[in-house]
Amino acid sequence: MFQIYLPIAEMSVDIFLLLGMGGAVGFLSGLFGVGGGFLMTPLLIFIGVPPPVAVGSEVNQVVAASVSGFMAHWRRRQVDFKMGGVLIAGGVLGSIFGVWLFGILRQIGQIDLVISISYVVMLGAIGTLMMVEALRTILRRRSGTNVRRKAHVHHWGHGLPFKMRFRTSRLYISAVLPIMLGFVIGILAAIMGVGGGFFLVPAMIYLLGMPVGVVIGTSLFQITFVTATATFLHATSTQTVDVMLAGILTLGAVFGAQFGTRVGAELRGEELRGLLALVVLGVCATLLWRLVAEPASLYSLSPTGVH
Amino acid sequence: MFLALLVAVSAGPGKSAAQEIMAGLSHHAIGITADFDGTEILVFGAIENEGDIVVVVRGPRREVVVRKKAPVFGIWVNAQSAVFRSVPGFYGVASTRPLGEIVDADMRRVMEIGIDGLRLEPADMEPSVRDEFREALIELKQAEGLYPVEPSTVSLSGGRLFRATIALPAGIPVGTYAADTFLIRDGEVVAAQSSPLIVSKAGFGAEIYNFAHRESEFYGIAAVIAAVIAGLAGNLLFRRT
Repeated sequence: MFQIYLPIAEMSVDIFLLLGMGGAVGFLSGLFGVGGGFLMTPLLIFIGVPPPVAVGSEVNQVVAASVSGFMAHWRRRQVDFKMGGVLIAGGVLGSIFGVWLFGILRQIGQIDLVISISYVVMLGAIGTLMMVEALRTILRRRSGTNVRRKAHVHHWGHGLPFKMRFRTSRLYISAVLPIMLGFVIGILAAIMGVGGGFFLVPAMIYLLGMPVGVVIGTSLFQITFVTATATFLHATSTQTVDVMLAGILTLGAVFGAQFGTRVGAELRGEELRGLLALVVLGVCATLLWRLVAEPASLYSLSPTGVH
Repeated sequence: MFLALLVAVSAGPGKSAAQEIMAGLSHHAIGITADFDGTEILVFGAIENEGDIVVVVRGPRREVVVRKKAPVFGIWVNAQSAVFRSVPGFYGVASTRPLGEIVDADMRRVMEIGIDGLRLEPADMEPSVRDEFREALIELKQAEGLYPVEPSTVSLSGGRLFRATIALPAGIPVGTYAADTFLIRDGEVVAAQSSPLIVSKAGFGAEIYNFAHRESEFYGIAAVIAAVIAGLAGNLLFRRT
């Protein structure tokens, strides 16, 4: 038991609990190839970190996690920098809007509620989708059929104006679509403290029609810059970034991720995804329960003049 | 009497010899370090003639909002709220006898002695709801240990020397505190003395906090750079895999 005082969260926490959480979430992110922000923020809220500080600090940690992954993909030249740049432009606008909205919600006392509801909706949707997908793949494998997906589908979104050529992705599409997509990711980063890869990656494949090989690297490129922007904006306008908290979590996550990657290489994908879906749905149910159960105290205190 | 003489002498010139109460604190500054787990402060002193002593340690005043949750479509949502203009961040009392036996409720309210004497009035609210929110505010503060429920005792030795310890919990707010010592006789405050106490963040945590609040642009940039370096370091460390 070694308590450490988190200067921005203004609370003392057992350092090994934080390292363990960082390690566990890092392990899961290495195992499943996900960022982990969407699990870490609710966990921080569960141990009593004020939700705004959980978001501000976690978005800072995601910078570390994504820059590491981005470097690995950059070395393998799996990054579409032009597409990433357009996504970042949207993402920066989105995070500016998100942090502004965050400040207003905090002032009227509804930020905790909005963070929780956003998580319940998002984790519920992702968990269900992943579970369905995993079960479907397992069933298909048992029945022995193999279905191939069309990689690139043309739809309404590609017909919008401001067409741009993205050589690395071999696409000639409107810039409006990636900017809108980036904008949404920016809002998610600012309000939920997540990188948003779980949403960005499928959207890049199915909505933009990007080739799968460059999707992960490009999304990490965008996430690095958007979470860095959101970190800076939270630090300056809401003062919710706890570098001590983010640092300890990163330390745990770096090591956890290595073990996760090794274990992941030896296990089957679908069972793993089913398992992650269960974890996600479990966190979702816990958050939902906290919203609907009658609270121990109906009252809460907050200082005024928070920005 | 020797003690009286000592007190009179130490009061020095310029003050009347008949100083009824003298009080001091074990320390005037408390630093909240990374491993701060609460502390105690000792208030001690001497009185000239017999009487009851009440020690009040009060934290910095702040505006506070109390919010009440109500179910909306099955979800508990912050609905009603009350703004309290001037709420002490900490309020601890010690007395020689139970407060009710020393001073009456009116005097407690005038001097703000005891939690029930605190003047906590939310702006623009109906009296019925007001009391409800006031009680909620006090209960929440008590739950955090910031308004200790059990009053401490002031021990009096020889009827002249007194001492009391007040426990400050881990979560005390930073700012300027006041330790007020009252000498009470027949329900009247006959003498009082106030000593300041500064509570501030100290050490590495304080530097981070001050950096985050005073130079938030640089703090934000530093937070990003630290994360990037950590990410790159992690990447290099495990590159061989």
